[in-house]
Amino acid sequence: MTGLPAGGAAGKWKAIALVATLLLLGLFPFVGSGFYVELVAKIMILSIFALSLDLLVGYTGLVSFGHAAFFGIGAYALALMTPKYEAANLWLTLPAAMLAAALAAFAVGLFVVRVKGVYFIMVTLAFAQMFYFVFHDTKFGRGSDGISMNFKPVATIGSFTPFDLAKGSHVYYCVLVLLVAVFVFLHVVLRSSFGRALQGIRSNEHRMRSLGFPVYWYKLASFTLAGTIAGLAGYLSALQFGFVNPELLSWHQSGNVLLMLILGGVGSLYGAVVGAFAFVALTEIFQALTNHWQLLLGAAIILLVIFLPGGLASVAGRFRRTLVGEADDA
Amino acid sequence: MDIYTFLIQLLNGVQYGLLLFLVASGLTLIFGIMGIINLAHGSFYMVGAYMAFTLSSLTGNLFVAIVVGIVLSVLLGIVLEWALISHLYQRDHLEQVLLTYGLILVFEELRSLIVGNDVHGVAVPAILSGSIPLTETLSYPVYRLFMSAVCLALAGLLYLLIHRTRVGMMIRAGASNREMVSALGLNINLVYRLVFALGVALAAFAGMIAAPVSSVYPGMGTQVLIICFVVVVIGGIGSIWGALFAALLIGLADTFGKVLIPEAAGVTVYLLMAAILLWRPEGLFKRVGG
Amino acid sequence: MPEPNPPPEQTRSIGTILTTRDLTRRFGGLAAVNRVAIGIEFGKLHAVVGPNGAGKTTLINLLSGDLAASSGSVIYKGDDITRQAADRRSRIGIGRSYQKTNIFPAFTAFENCRLAAQSRTPRVLHLLADASSFQPVADAAQHALDAAGIGPRAARIASTLSHGEQRQLEIAMVLATRPEVLLLDEPLAGMGAEEAALMVELLHTLKPRHAILLVEHDMDAVFAVADVITVMVNGQVLESGPPAQIRASAAVRDAYLGADALGEPG
Repeated sequence: MTGLPAGGAAGKWKAIALVATLLLLGLFPFVGSGFYVELVAKIMILSIFALSLDLLVGYTGLVSFGHAAFFGIGAYALALMTPKYEAANLWLTLPAAMLAAALAAFAVGLFVVRVKGVYFIMVTLAFAQMFYFVFHDTKFGRGSDGISMNFKPVATIGSFTPFDLAKGSHVYYCVLVLLVAVFVFLHVVLRSSFGRALQGIRSNEHRMRSLGFPVYWYKLASFTLAGTIAGLAGYLSALQFGFVNPELLSWHQSGNVLLMLILGGVGSLYGAVVGAFAFVALTEIFQALTNHWQLLLGAAIILLVIFLPGGLASVAGRFRRTLVGEADDA
Repeated sequence: MDIYTFLIQLLNGVQYGLLLFLVASGLTLIFGIMGIINLAHGSFYMVGAYMAFTLSSLTGNLFVAIVVGIVLSVLLGIVLEWALISHLYQRDHLEQVLLTYGLILVFEELRSLIVGNDVHGVAVPAILSGSIPLTETLSYPVYRLFMSAVCLALAGLLYLLIHRTRVGMMIRAGASNREMVSALGLNINLVYRLVFALGVALAAFAGMIAAPVSSVYPGMGTQVLIICFVVVVIGGIGSIWGALFAALLIGLADTFGKVLIPEAAGVTVYLLMAAILLWRPEGLFKRVGG
Repeated sequence: MPEPNPPPEQTRSIGTILTTRDLTRRFGGLAAVNRVAIGIEFGKLHAVVGPNGAGKTTLINLLSGDLAASSGSVIYKGDDITRQAADRRSRIGIGRSYQKTNIFPAFTAFENCRLAAQSRTPRVLHLLADASSFQPVADAAQHALDAAGIGPRAARIASTLSHGEQRQLEIAMVLATRPEVLLLDEPLAGMGAEEAALMVELLHTLKPRHAILLVEHDMDAVFAVADVITVMVNGQVLESGPPAQIRASAAVRDAYLGADALGEPG
């Protein structure tokens, strides 16, 4: 049910895979060039984004097509808080950005969480579009050209600066630490009473109500938490690129993060990370092939849904089972 | 705002609303009968508009273009349903959303490849290019009235379909399962194929007749799709009256919103949706059967 | 058979704790439940029987909050709860089981009940501790499973249980929420003779500590456990009273049961 190993043979493989991945990621900057270090950092940021949506879609059963809004709000929060001629402070702006995303998610959640099924997909898309308009068309959002930040945030506390975010490798490790933190946090949350209740809601919302759970508040909490973590990812994205524009909130972005989930396999934490990697790999390959790479992406998505809806995780599962000769997991 | 300006905005709002209703009804038909949420619905609208542009450039006649366009969109719908959509029955929402999202990307790029990304205008046919004078300086275009009339006529036909046929009965019951369909003695595959084709044709047709007024541009599919979602959320799926009422409400809100508060232009519709959701999360009109 | 969890001491009641007045639910022009007055007494089992379409499940839905009433009222311990939603009703002590098995198919039987028991914990958001580490909740879950007769099957994934075991799980889940009122919708549906007998025995043990409303088609079971029987036809109460009265009633016989079903000789 959750992303981390439960035990037994399957559990051991998963644990080994996780540790190996962590080692690889930790050592990568020593072997990779600046370009690839930046790319992997970008993928890790998208992993955080995908993980946040997985909480909502994979574990609470709420399919949101507007998650990019909170990603964008986190990003714009940094951009709007960064002064023109000096650097902002990481320790102030990061929590502030997450708070902004949290408030926005809570506000939107109040409206959308009471809406069922298909309507939920539609209203989340609609609200995200509303935020898009705010950043695209109003003076507050500075319009379609976006905002450039002249300085990366600094990590100064008092007179001590533990790391320098102008350096690619420092950003990389910052992001890695946060990715691990988010992963562990979500694993813990999903194992908790709150997390179990969310999964119960995904499995059978009607029965959860019947058993006395105030489902609305659980969904709202999940939506808010997911939005907050998405805001964190957005903040890091803005930090890395030094630039934000309204396309961060576009529904292409919302669609892409859903795609990451289905690529990796919905409802498993490591699936979200795998999906982010797979998504970037796919888009890089397609972009190298042709200008009209979205055509290839669209076709790939269609084929994926028809033939491989369980994502890469299901391929891995099937592969492992044939290898080990196990009976199907229940 | 004087009475004539008000009248013009009112007519514009109604016309926009009726157009939205046409597109939304396709969406609601597909979901109501087949249980498929189709994100690519806006793309069909766009395809219709671009068809109107290319075909009317070729033939020099918008009416001919529209007739040919309808035939082509029905064919498109049939092929799409057979090749892709039929895989989506019984699948969960996430998969439907993703597949149809992929479809949007494909349509957008194909359009980009075939016709390019330019904005185009489509000429209003000569017969309909006149205006009805309201004052010495103000007049109202005949074509817009024509659009409203056509949409109303189609709405009437849809009403007959929904309330006077067995297929219509299914929509009203909110049926989206195959046993129900076969229990009514209809061939499921055929029904689904035709319904989808009808939905596509409705959206494409709306795009075609809207082309002279709203021009033909790349983002038009997405734009109309999201507004249609708002219509469906407010009006409720499975309720044609709901869709009509909601579409008119939104058409008017958007039109007057743009005139009265130009800075908040795009946002009016969403604020309206938020307000209604606060009051009635199930939409303004309850589906028959709860 | 181990005793199921009793309701917390301070809320144990006596007398009639759940009643309805003129309870009505309309669908379009049809009244599925029409001005029904019914009362459920603590320590007693009140059975509701009737032909298909009589409105029995609709009645349970109205009592549990799964369906809103068109008119009339539902009174629980003196409070009007007609407008209260299903989750609130569960929290105040009204538990309900479903005719169509309504479980969490992908979870283990244990997790199904653990979740049910978790709904009773007073602190709402435990964000950090592993849910399985809360011993009282785990104990309550195992207890409920044992009471329903599927204790040994706790570790099985619910969807792999047999139909009868799933019906038992259905009951276990309600028991794990320690309600005072039990609304049971055809718990014996699809059960074999042995399982049904176990269920009847369970109902006997549950009676002293709950107020039970039982909707059932199995008339043998009904006559074995019921203290009061209400017969519904076409959404209305035809007759209501002790089993002997119902058995002897000509009206009931004509409307619903034949002589055989009433258990008469010959």
